[in-house]
Amino acid sequence: MADKRPVRWHIGVFLAPAVAIYTAVMIFPLFATLNLSLYTTVHQVSQFVGLGNFRKLLGDPNWSGQFWNALGNNFWFFVVNMAVQNPIGVALAALLSSPRLRGAAIYRTAIFIPTILSFVIVGFVWKLILSPLWGIAPDMLAAVGLKSLFAPWLGDAHYALTVMALISVWQFIGIPMMLIYAALLTIPDEVIEAAEMDGITGMRQFWKIKLPLILPSIGIISILTFVGNFNAFDLIYVTQGALAGPNFSTDLLGTFLYRTFFGFQLQLGDPNMGATIATAMFGIILVGVCIYLFGIQTRLRRYQF
Amino acid sequence: MHMKTLTSTLLASTLLAGSAAWAQTTLTIESWRNDDLTVWQQTIIPAFEKAHPDITVVFAPSAPTEYNAALNSKLDAGSAGDLITCRPFDASLALFQKGKLADLSSMAEMANFSDVAKAAWQTDDAKHTFCMPMASVIHGFIYNKDAFDKLGLTPPKTMDEFYADLDKIKKDGTFTPLAMGTHDQWEAATMGYENIGPNYWKGEEGRKAIIAGTAKLTDPQFVEPFTQLAKWGPYMGDGFQAQTYPDSQNLFTLGRAAIYPAGSWEISGFEKQAAFKMAAFPAPVPKAGDPCYISDQPDHALGLNAASKNKDAAMTFLKWVGSEDFAAIYGNALPGFFPLIDKPVKIADPLANEMLSWRQTCKSTMRYTYQILSRGTPNLENALWATSANVINGTQTPQAAAAEMQKDLATWYKPQQ
Repeated sequence: MADKRPVRWHIGVFLAPAVAIYTAVMIFPLFATLNLSLYTTVHQVSQFVGLGNFRKLLGDPNWSGQFWNALGNNFWFFVVNMAVQNPIGVALAALLSSPRLRGAAIYRTAIFIPTILSFVIVGFVWKLILSPLWGIAPDMLAAVGLKSLFAPWLGDAHYALTVMALISVWQFIGIPMMLIYAALLTIPDEVIEAAEMDGITGMRQFWKIKLPLILPSIGIISILTFVGNFNAFDLIYVTQGALAGPNFSTDLLGTFLYRTFFGFQLQLGDPNMGATIATAMFGIILVGVCIYLFGIQTRLRRYQF
Repeated sequence: MHMKTLTSTLLASTLLAGSAAWAQTTLTIESWRNDDLTVWQQTIIPAFEKAHPDITVVFAPSAPTEYNAALNSKLDAGSAGDLITCRPFDASLALFQKGKLADLSSMAEMANFSDVAKAAWQTDDAKHTFCMPMASVIHGFIYNKDAFDKLGLTPPKTMDEFYADLDKIKKDGTFTPLAMGTHDQWEAATMGYENIGPNYWKGEEGRKAIIAGTAKLTDPQFVEPFTQLAKWGPYMGDGFQAQTYPDSQNLFTLGRAAIYPAGSWEISGFEKQAAFKMAAFPAPVPKAGDPCYISDQPDHALGLNAASKNKDAAMTFLKWVGSEDFAAIYGNALPGFFPLIDKPVKIADPLANEMLSWRQTCKSTMRYTYQILSRGTPNLENALWATSANVINGTQTPQAAAAEMQKDLATWYKPQQ
């Protein structure tokens, strides 16, 4: 009996283009960056230093001060996004999926539009809205007699980072809304009808029936938010500049990486330390994603209809 | 037959293209001065091409904030232009040390420039010069002359007079006294601290003392400018903490502010936009009769890409840049960018001429953070942006700001340890 299967060449052939392109544009640059972080440049000569750059980043107060500041800011940026963007996104999706809501398509489009705008436009528009000179924010607050609440938020170290995080929420609220909305639509009517037969309606129906069914989607959104926030750079760069003022209070790992890698004003670029920061960012995101994949996602219950 | 015609046509066109390329050399200039594109295209390049019809010059600027990164990538990839506009000091020095910029020390035109003018584009030992100096910018204060006349003010000579004027403008209430914000941070450092500072640390004397390690940034002459900045906040209008650089420019050109802490590069833009008369005064001195110092910052120069394929044509252009003719054309085409050449140049623009005249009465110096001192980590220039903005915002005391600057510098700079 010839039970030896023929070699299935077609699998390799069909996979090859994708693997080749992915290797060229993703895997190779990734390893090149990791490799770059193990070297230092002295008098235009590249020298291998092992983990020396990481020791410098975490141990030398000139570097570690900025690194921990950026990491802490990044963490707060993520916390605000998680705590504000995702609950509101879920709530909006729940409202949109309500059959009694009229004009759902208009709301859906309007709320999603900021997501497709470029960071440059979002940053510029918000800088104008919040401008103490020509912004509409002070006038609007004055119209309802709350002018005293207005402060030059983007220039105040206490508020700037939170305001930036809220602008990011405004921009990306459409993503969780759309994903949850899609998840809510896939819940079969039979399940909802059965719940209604059992007398579970309204808010209780949402908490007891719908929410458990969309939990996996919320998990996915959380991890997308995490990856997006720890890679964030553009919004801060266009709104607060590469020095992420005031006094580095809005400095994220992304802006710290940019300044280090490319240099800024009189600071010369240092590709090796830049690659070290990029590698640290990669590590942080990798750990976060692993915690989610192995710690949380495997415990989420999935329901088959 | 048909085939033959085609072949000969192709051959002829190739030959034609080849000979055209041989006769006409195209030079590309890399620059961050994208504001000046039309001036280059309409005034500067035609003036050169008229004398050198065999050379075509293309001015190809990129955005100022992206210039350094973009230029480095292009030089590494071998796709950079023949002529490189040089930033002052370390950014260009690094390019020279990497062999990206050619050594221009032997050019005869270098004799047209003083040592101070060349310092920004030389090695530390001043043995090699690698860019032909083009222009400097002068700092001071531009003011709304109509507003001053209306309120009966005179341009201040001393810091006391400066605050007296600001108080009067504030009391009157029509104008914001000072058009400046701290959101973008650099104005606080460049148009604030390094604008008024040289009068306290005596220009080059103080700057060189820091480099030599004989003075510290915590010495009174370096703390005092911070103490002055700390008083500026109340004159800067509501919400100045979130006021950006373009906001300040607009506030002034719309006629809503009286005094604008300025660099001379603003002149052409302001003159286009403002509907009122403008004049300027140099940074006021601490006490009447004190000698005055101005920040006369070398700003840009032109270097030769060492990998250029059109070196002969590029050298012809560089020679022209080092000439008096160029200085006159450039200084008048871009009022506010002052030629560094050691010969008198007539500038037609009155405001630019006024600022240029300070070179006769005050001593020139440059921003102290630029030469040598911003080479380490943490970067001194970045630190000065943050501390100057903090001091004006009132979130850091002048003493704490000075102490932070000194600590940052001393961590890596041997003469200060």
